[in-house]
Amino acid sequence: MPVYWLILIVLGLAAIGYVAGRGRAIASNGGDPRGLHSLPSFYGHNVALSVMTPAFGLLIVWLIAQPILIDLSVSADIPDSAIAEGQNRSLVMSDVRRLADGLDLMVQDGTITEADAQSATADGDLRDRLADVGVALGSDIQAYVLDAAQTYRGMASTGSLFMWGAVLLAAIAGFGISYAKTNKDFRARNTVEQGITVLLIGAACIAILTTIGILFSLIANTFEFFRLYNITDFFFGTVWNPSFSGRGGASELGILPLLWGTFYISLVALLVAVPIGLFAAIYLSEYATPRVRSIAKPMLEVLAGIPTIVYGLFALLTVGPFLVSVFGKDTVGWMSGGTAVITAGLVMGVMLIPFVSSLSDDIINAVPQAMRDGSYGLGATQSETIRQVVLPAALPGIVGAILLAASRAIGETMIVVLGAGAAAKLSLNPFEAMTTVTAKIVSQLTGDSDFASPEALVAFALGTTLFVITLGLNVFALYIVRKYREQYE
Amino acid sequence: MNDMRIIQRTAGMNDIKIHAKGVDVFYGDNHAIKDVSVDIEDKTVTAFIGPSGCGKSTFLRCLNRMNDTIDICRVTGDIRLDDEDIYDKAVDPVQLRAKVGMVFQKPNPFPKSIYDNVAYGPRIHGLARNKADLDEIVEKSLRRGAIWDEVKDRLDAPGTGLSGGQQQRLCIARAVATAPEVLLMDEPCSALDPIATAQVEELIDELRQNYSVVIVTHSMQQAARVSQKTAFFHLGDLVEYGETGKIFTNPDDSRTESYITGRIG
Repeated sequence: MPVYWLILIVLGLAAIGYVAGRGRAIASNGGDPRGLHSLPSFYGHNVALSVMTPAFGLLIVWLIAQPILIDLSVSADIPDSAIAEGQNRSLVMSDVRRLADGLDLMVQDGTITEADAQSATADGDLRDRLADVGVALGSDIQAYVLDAAQTYRGMASTGSLFMWGAVLLAAIAGFGISYAKTNKDFRARNTVEQGITVLLIGAACIAILTTIGILFSLIANTFEFFRLYNITDFFFGTVWNPSFSGRGGASELGILPLLWGTFYISLVALLVAVPIGLFAAIYLSEYATPRVRSIAKPMLEVLAGIPTIVYGLFALLTVGPFLVSVFGKDTVGWMSGGTAVITAGLVMGVMLIPFVSSLSDDIINAVPQAMRDGSYGLGATQSETIRQVVLPAALPGIVGAILLAASRAIGETMIVVLGAGAAAKLSLNPFEAMTTVTAKIVSQLTGDSDFASPEALVAFALGTTLFVITLGLNVFALYIVRKYREQYE
Repeated sequence: MNDMRIIQRTAGMNDIKIHAKGVDVFYGDNHAIKDVSVDIEDKTVTAFIGPSGCGKSTFLRCLNRMNDTIDICRVTGDIRLDDEDIYDKAVDPVQLRAKVGMVFQKPNPFPKSIYDNVAYGPRIHGLARNKADLDEIVEKSLRRGAIWDEVKDRLDAPGTGLSGGQQQRLCIARAVATAPEVLLMDEPCSALDPIATAQVEELIDELRQNYSVVIVTHSMQQAARVSQKTAFFHLGDLVEYGETGKIFTNPDDSRTESYITGRIG
């Protein structure tokens, strides 16, 4: 039986527990809810939480641990001799898993009975029948793979049987214990509060652990790459010319052209976004009437909600051709194609406007009115006040906003893929096609290249470099914002 | 109230600096000031007293058109500075505010150096011909603000780093630097401790030599100490206006007496 039935049963138990716990609490005080330590619903929640927490906790751990343990034990059973030339154990294991899943599927579909599945043999039409249910196997089924798959299935079904038992036991035990504890003096309110705290801590931990996990997978693969490729050639190489396996020849994987492209495009984007965003923020916070502001600000923020792929299409289909018609062969001849640094930069700049304007607007609004009054009281005009008092006071925050926008620009991918082209170049000409770190990560990982080759692993080194750069920018931005914020509050 | 120091006044011999007649102020539908007429004399300290919300700050802000910065505020009536209607269309409120300086309740130095704080007004109004000129204006203003000795060695330090009392005297120096004719003070000591308050009060008394000073205060002792003329506001009306000594010892209106003796407020 599938796992979701188990989940439903536990939830059902929890619902019953709620009603039962609430009822028992009221009954323990002779039917009067007023003398209880906590509100009746807290007793109900306490029982429900006691049912769900251990049961679901155990379920999660079991679901993660069981496949790992079975994998380990089955893979130890496969003889070394059975592993063919040019293959490794993990590839065989993936065949084993696929075969086992396929047999399960066939049993579920009713194509074969459970007994047939257990007595299936490697020869015959098993592979074709598996293909019918949507499981494609790369090669003919070897006997030892089938054996392993059968062991795998056996262990999986025993395991899930035990899992059902254990989870239900945990749920019932939780029910029993908390139900027994329920009486009018039991501090259900405090217990539930504690439960909620644990829940919140858990959520925070998941977010942090995920970040750490991502970081570790990046770092591990980056080290793997530097085992295969010289670290100085990577950081100081000026040529990006990966050769894909099969075509032969050594790859040149220098990051400098990509970093240059990244910075150049980000620079163009910031040159567009910072003045426009800042001026828009000044208008909105200082000059606009409340009515205009209430309409204009949300409209500006709509820009932030547009998916970047749409900006990419805009760059590819509208801005690129337009720029070519202005700077192309027919006029000054600076631009040969629609994809160029300037195209991606302009569109990315538009994307960043709401970032800069929205953050700057908040920061300008946070400058105390007393500061403005002081300036007006000395006979300054509005623009003098803004230029000489409000903006200097808001400057640290505005710099922080710009740095955050910059780290956004550096990490941007889709606009670059569609708007800037794919050529890695070190050039100063903004009308040429260039590419960025992120765009190259995409192109290195999509395609047929062997995942263990330096051409694919370089993506992780690129990702780590980018991560370090944007992290540094973000930390620096937060540092600046915090350092100067205290001064005016 | 018996120990209140009420010195002999030398008022009544000065020219009228500000002449307000029939002033009404509305915040939206709220009638905040009702038909107030006051003549404010030159080289005199005039105190506005009254309970919170009585309109004394609002009226003060009419005198340099600071109320213009509030959208819903509407002022009617006649306010003349040296016989010139300040609400006339020909008058630029920005120019007016340079002539009628203002010091606020909470010290509000700009996030700039002490020097730049004081030089702010002279710079935007072009009062200095050169750097030496500006230096002189800054020094003179800081001396007049009675803070020169405390800050002369650190003019480049940020003005926000001074203590509350020093900040308020810096703000007074800043207002003085634009060479105003009238100085409006909106509860300038309410955020200060007694020692800083005494310093600012002493300063106000000195400023009287050159300026017409109008001060809003919640402290009746302060009004009695620093002012020559006192106006008592209540619920948007100007109840009584006259010599400070008379207002505090022998008021005409029973409401004034009630307020001064602490029965209303």
